[in-house]
Parts: sequence; C-alpha cells; structure tokens
Amino acid sequence: MSLASHLPALQVVIPLIAAPLTVLLRRRNLAFAVVLAASWVALAIAVLLWLQVAEGGTISYAIGSWPPPWGIEYRVDRLSAFVLVLVSGIAAIVLPYSRASIEAEVPPQQHYLFYTMFALCLTGLLGITITGDAFNIFVFLEVSSLSTYVLIALGRDRRALLASYQYLIMGTIGATFIVIGIGLLYLMTGTLNLADMGRRIAMVQGTRPVLAALAFLTVGISLKLALFPLHQWLPNAYTYAPSAVTAFLAATATKVAVYVLLRFYYSVFGGSQVFEQLPMQEMLLLLALAGMFAASTVAIFQTDLKRLFAYSSVAQIGYIMLGLSFDSQSGLTATIVHLFNHGVTKGAIFMLLGGVALKMGGTSLARVQGLGQRMPWTSLGIVVCGLSLIGVPGTVGFVSKWYLLLAAFEKGQWWLVFLIVASSLLAVAYVWRFVEAAYLREPRADTAGVGEAPWSMRLPTAVLVVATLYFGLNTAFTVGSASNAAALLMGGLG
Amino acid sequence: MTGLEKAMALGGHFTYFITIFLMIAGLFIVIARGNLIKKLVGLGIFQTSVYLLYIAPAKLVGGTAPILSDAFTVYSNPLPHVLILTAIVVGVATLALGLALVVRIREAYDSIEEDEILDLDAAAQPGVQEP
Repeated sequence: MSLASHLPALQVVIPLIAAPLTVLLRRRNLAFAVVLAASWVALAIAVLLWLQVAEGGTISYAIGSWPPPWGIEYRVDRLSAFVLVLVSGIAAIVLPYSRASIEAEVPPQQHYLFYTMFALCLTGLLGITITGDAFNIFVFLEVSSLSTYVLIALGRDRRALLASYQYLIMGTIGATFIVIGIGLLYLMTGTLNLADMGRRIAMVQGTRPVLAALAFLTVGISLKLALFPLHQWLPNAYTYAPSAVTAFLAATATKVAVYVLLRFYYSVFGGSQVFEQLPMQEMLLLLALAGMFAASTVAIFQTDLKRLFAYSSVAQIGYIMLGLSFDSQSGLTATIVHLFNHGVTKGAIFMLLGGVALKMGGTSLARVQGLGQRMPWTSLGIVVCGLSLIGVPGTVGFVSKWYLLLAAFEKGQWWLVFLIVASSLLAVAYVWRFVEAAYLREPRADTAGVGEAPWSMRLPTAVLVVATLYFGLNTAFTVGSASNAAALLMGGLG
Repeated sequence: MTGLEKAMALGGHFTYFITIFLMIAGLFIVIARGNLIKKLVGLGIFQTSVYLLYIAPAKLVGGTAPILSDAFTVYSNPLPHVLILTAIVVGVATLALGLALVVRIREAYDSIEEDEILDLDAAAQPGVQEP
C-alpha cells in the first residue's frame, strides 16, 4: 500500500506522536517546532483527504487491516472531511499565534506542556471526526476533553482553576451520558461500527432502549456543544483560559460536538426516525431560540469582552441547532455552513482579544476604552468579525443567516424569519458595546504608548479575519461542501 | 403473568436496578454536594455504574472466556469487558486530573467548598454579577 492510502490513519497518528515528543524534548522552542510541524502536516493531510473524497467518494480505512465492522474503521466522507479541514486549519493558524500569546499568560517552565496538551487536544478532535466506531468516539472525546481541562487550567487567573474543575464535572457527566447511550445501542444492535449500527437499528427502531439511547446521546452531546440550558461551563472556561486556548476551543471543540450529534442523528438513527418518534423538532427549535435570545441578551450586559463573546458563542450555537431542527436538506446546509463560518469568525475574535489582553493588560470594557486609537487594526478586525456575528452582507455570518432564512421559508415558518432577524438585532447591541468603548471613549491614561500586538500574532489573526470576509464573498468551498454533506446525511447511511 | 413470574422477571433484571441506583446516587452526589472532593467521589460512582451497564449483560452464568476448544461451549462476550477496561483507564485519568485541580484550587483559595470559593471570587470582584 502506498503512503497515500494510509492518510486517514496518519491524520490522527501524527499529532498523537508529536505530544509525547514534546515531553521528551522539554525545550519550549523545540516543542513548538514539533507541534507546529505536526499541525501543518495534519492540515495538508486534511486537505488531501478532502480532495480525495470530493473525487472518489467516501474513504473507508480498516485500522490494523481488521475489516469493519469487527475492527475499528476510520471513515472519511464529505461531512467529516469538511470538519477535518476546519479543525486542522484552525490549529495550524492558532499555533504560530500561541507562541507570543502564552509568553505573557503561562509560566515559561510550563510552555512545553502547553504544546503537549495542544497536540493531544488536536488528536482527540481529529479522531472524533474521522472515526467510524462509536466507542472510539468516546475515547477520542475524552482525549480531547482531558487535555482541554488542563489547557484551561493553565490560565493566569485563579478562577481558571475553578472554571476548569466545573468543566471537568460537566464534561465528564456529558461524556458518561454518551457512553450510556452507546452502551444501550450496542446492547440492542450488537455492533459498534456506526454504519453497521445504522443498518441494524431498523430492526429495533422505536424500542425503549433505543429511545433511551437517543435521549442519553442528545443530552450528553448537548452538554459538550453547550446547547442553551447546558452551557454553564462555557463562559467561565472561555473567559479564564489563555487566549490562544480560547481561540482554538471556540473555533473547534463545540463544532466537533455538533458533528458528533449530526453523525448519530443521521448516520445511526436516520434523521427522520429521530424526528418522528420523539418531539425532537419542537424541542430543538425551542432550545435553539431560547439560546439565541437569552444568551444574546446576557451578552449585552457583560463588562468583559471575552465573556461577552463567550455568551455570543452560546447564541450562535442556537443558530446551528436551529438549522438542525428543520430536518431538511437546506436546514442541514445552514447548520454545516454556520459550523464552519462561526468557527472562523469566533476564532478570529478571540485571537484579536488575545492581542488586546497582551497589550492593554485586560479585556474589560473599561480597559479597552479608546482601542480604536491605541490598536487601530485590531479594533477594526473586531468590528469586522462583529459585523459577521450580526450577519452583515459581505461577511460569512450573512451566508449562514441567508441559508437559515431560506430553510425557514422552505418550511413556511415565516415567523421564524422575524425571530432570526430580531436576534440579529441583539447581536447589534452587544457589538455596539464594543464599538462604543473602542471608538467613542477617550483612551485611558495608563494605556498610553500601547501599540499593535507583535507580528507573529497579527499575521495568523489577519488570515482568519480575511477568511471571514473571503468566505462571505466566495462561498464555493463552504456552501458547496456543506450542501454535499447535507445531501449525504439526508440520503441515509453516511 | 402471575405474581411469582413477575417477581422472577424483576429478579432477572436485578443488575439493572443496581446499575440505575448507582447511576442516580452518583449523579445526585455530584449535584447536591458542595465539597469539591465529594463531587469527584460522586462522579466516580456515576462512571462506575456505566461499567456495570456494559459488563452485566455480557456475562453469562457459567460462561468462560472465549476459548476455542470442545470442552467449552458457553462463553461470555469479551468485547464489553475490553471496552470497559478502556473506560476504567479514562475514569482513573479523569479522577486524577480532578484531584490535581482540587489541590491547585486549595492552594489558590485555601478552601475546597464550592460556595466559599464563589464568595471569595465575588468579594474579590465587587459589582460583577454572575448570571
């Protein structure tokens, strides 16, 4: 077999090997170089896989040559290839940024451990996305979660410890719910391979254990993706984690959880079954709307920018779930497009805020007064990404909202159109809070002489900000991939 | 079904009752206790209940390991046992990390009671309302 045929395994193995290497090397510059190389190679592999899938269809890779459904199968289809590109792309952009960013936020002797945990987190997220085995999803979920708890606890503030502990409790409950769901499905179907499970479930569809499994999986994964009433861990975790960690997590972790939910709903249960047997459509719709409005409203009253945009993330996850609740191809397209678009936008915002925290000494609204004069480019970047959160044409946020509105129209639910637009107005309000502080207030005296963040932070950030605009104008990659993936999911077996 | 048969059916499900009792008990401790160590104990019990959920249905009374021999005909399903080995490792890692975090929290706050810690944070930052 040639090297190209082993790409699915290498996608996970390369960052996995990088992690222990950094511990052996111990030097932070070497550790940085190793993980940077690993993440760039991972991105290259993800792009190659995406190209292969676009041409030749779904790739199935048998780990250790044990054929599925007995062995563990790695399965790359249009949806997972798209999410792989997002996750590895964000990692490849955040890593060069993290070097200067953690300098001020993490004690130097712990830097190599930061890279170790980053590599493990990347491994876990890529593994969840690529694997076609239900129990394997749980294992990789825990790999990424445990490393995430450590990454959050690296934050300078002592509240980071408590945030990490709370996330550990919530995350573990979520993961355990997922294992219970997988266990019940295994009891009923006798297989752990997702595609095989999807075929066999037809015989036991509607039985009580299967419905219980659906409930456990929904709640467990919703905890991980911070669906509205289960989002309590997210604001603290995002606020007190080091900036680079927040940027990486905000752009990838919750998005991968959404991917897992889509995978179980459509590849295992068969989407329409999920929505017929339980009032899932109404429930998801209600929670999505509650998240969009409640979280946006809470965001308006925050005094710290990191916390403000963390609540905005909860609201944006509401839009992602809203698309899912339509259970239609256009709704799923909106979900998958927004998964990518929101990842890019939020990643950019938190990277910009990292620069602000480094230079201005904090991200509270009182501290960033006059940011437009002190750091004009950074300030402009946040405004651009803020416009994308609102959904102004020319940004990626507009593309997502557009498809969401199309899906709502298709269902004939015109009242939802008003609600989507109304919730965007709330986004205007919280973005305005930043604009007011940055442009209409005089800068504080103690931030005199503050300039832009170093180039090593500005360049990667600029890439994401430009992506926010570029994918808002050229939607061939994002919408093309998303509608293909949605068609695949709606077609039944993934 | 007569009363005796019902009782037999319930008796056959006794592993599930134990599993669910442990599950609820663990989850209750996590939610109801404010002590950070006790929360982790509850989390441990909750995770352990899942080990039972997997292993109990896989074990046959009198079954052996799957050995290819004429002497054995009844064997237990080894796969759930192996899966739970993995889950145990994950559980140990989670507990270790949780305890390490509690040590760090105690160093930083000099307390492991959640309400006291939240009070300390609120006192350090007056005016910030947690929603």
